[in-house]
Amino acid sequence: MKILFRNVAELVERCESEQLSISDVMIQQEMNVREQTFEEVYSQMERNLEVMEKAVEDGLKGVQSVSGLTGGDAVLIQEYMKNHTPLSGHTVMDAVSKAVATNEVNAAMGTICATPTAGSAGCVPGTLFAVKHQLNPTREQMVRYLFTSGAFGFVVANNASISGAAGGCQAEVGSAAGMAAAAIVEMAGGTPAQSAEAMAITLKNMLGLVCDPVAGLVEVPCVKRNAMGASNAVVAADMALAGVTSRIPCDEVIDAMYKIGQTMPVALRETAQGGLAATPTGRELEAKVYGVNLKKE
Amino acid sequence: MKYKSVFDIIGPVMIGPSSSHTAGAARIGRVARDLFGKEPTWVEIRLYGSFAKTYKGHGTDVALIGGILDFETYDPRIAESMDIARAKGITFEFIEEDSHTDHPNTARVKVGDEQSDLELVGISIGGGKAEIIELNGFELRLSGSHPAILVMHNDRFGAIAEVTQLLAKYEINIGHMEVSRKEVGKEALMVIEVDQNISEQQLEELATCEHILQVARVVE
Repeated sequence: MKILFRNVAELVERCESEQLSISDVMIQQEMNVREQTFEEVYSQMERNLEVMEKAVEDGLKGVQSVSGLTGGDAVLIQEYMKNHTPLSGHTVMDAVSKAVATNEVNAAMGTICATPTAGSAGCVPGTLFAVKHQLNPTREQMVRYLFTSGAFGFVVANNASISGAAGGCQAEVGSAAGMAAAAIVEMAGGTPAQSAEAMAITLKNMLGLVCDPVAGLVEVPCVKRNAMGASNAVVAADMALAGVTSRIPCDEVIDAMYKIGQTMPVALRETAQGGLAATPTGRELEAKVYGVNLKKE
Repeated sequence: MKYKSVFDIIGPVMIGPSSSHTAGAARIGRVARDLFGKEPTWVEIRLYGSFAKTYKGHGTDVALIGGILDFETYDPRIAESMDIARAKGITFEFIEEDSHTDHPNTARVKVGDEQSDLELVGISIGGGKAEIIELNGFELRLSGSHPAILVMHNDRFGAIAEVTQLLAKYEINIGHMEVSRKEVGKEALMVIEVDQNISEQQLEELATCEHILQVARVVE
């Protein structure tokens, strides 16, 4: 089993020295690890892409979660876009609506592909299915988008965390948004180094984000955090493509995220004890969902 | 490295809403089922940390039972697993624990029937991945995402050699192996992660080796 990169610096260096894209390196490493052919690895990712497409499609038809806390916002945004020119631009709002669609389907116990987790499953597909209207990628480029985002997620998962319970929402939506930003850059024709900058810029702006789901459900505020993660990713990708760089290297941002997660209070790490979960309205919604008044500090 | 595959990051395809609390929990349940080797008639699960606080909202309980029923993370039947278990006459109980554990998403799963039982501790480490850190009182590390063989044996010389020789005979490659014991000369446990699935016959043959008390497998 040959691991080709352990951090972002190694990943970018390998791309540059061997004239490869990030998705090339990720696919090669996966072939090494699984002892599989390109076709085998590629087709599994293509199946994941199909699941994502289906989830967005379902979400845009309108779904409701069992608790009733989320659902229907993806439709609202799409309707708004038909009648108005969104102030934040069409691509950003399209990404937002499709990220929301994915997470609404997730909350409704529908089928999704975790990217890197279920709670943060909206950012990567949301941005992909929005930027594709402008970039007109081939099917293979869309599959490669997932390998590129996977490469950055792989580094975060191994050097920090992608679990909200361990590292807060920065580890989930933060990672997902950074992964998406890096993949947008590759699809738009940017360099591997620019992908790393986009990841760094995105993640820097997600640092410290806590995991405080109301009633412990992956709904409030998770769905809207995916919306903001997706918009953050598109903006950061544009900045990186413009040549803006992060003063703090990507690996150090990831390390900072890890250390912030370790010092984050348990109440703010997916325990539904603090933050938005502990607001009066959060508690009220919780009581309504469970039909009882749960006693919590 | 904790995560080896890109499909640990872009994946799994799963039923929502939480990869760590739903998909990871289903995997822990499924490893318990695999290792027990049959459908249990009773289940007792202790939940710790974030699992204990939020399991109802995330369907952690539903997912654990789904795994014990041998359902995959993407199986839509997970949503109805409790009804399915009740219909089969399986009794189950969930206990919320206050005590602190090293990992926030920890479950202690006991399964059994009239003849035997099994107890393991699983942690859900994020993105749908799980690890088994304790089995019948033995500390171990088992991912549940690779095929593996678990061999309970008497702590005697030659016991390990006999097992590995048998694997060599069937050209089964060992990726990772751990041996642990509670006391010298008493019961010991071998955890062997292998590159391909072990057949039922091979497992039975392993069980006939000298000093072997019990064998179980995890299939991919």
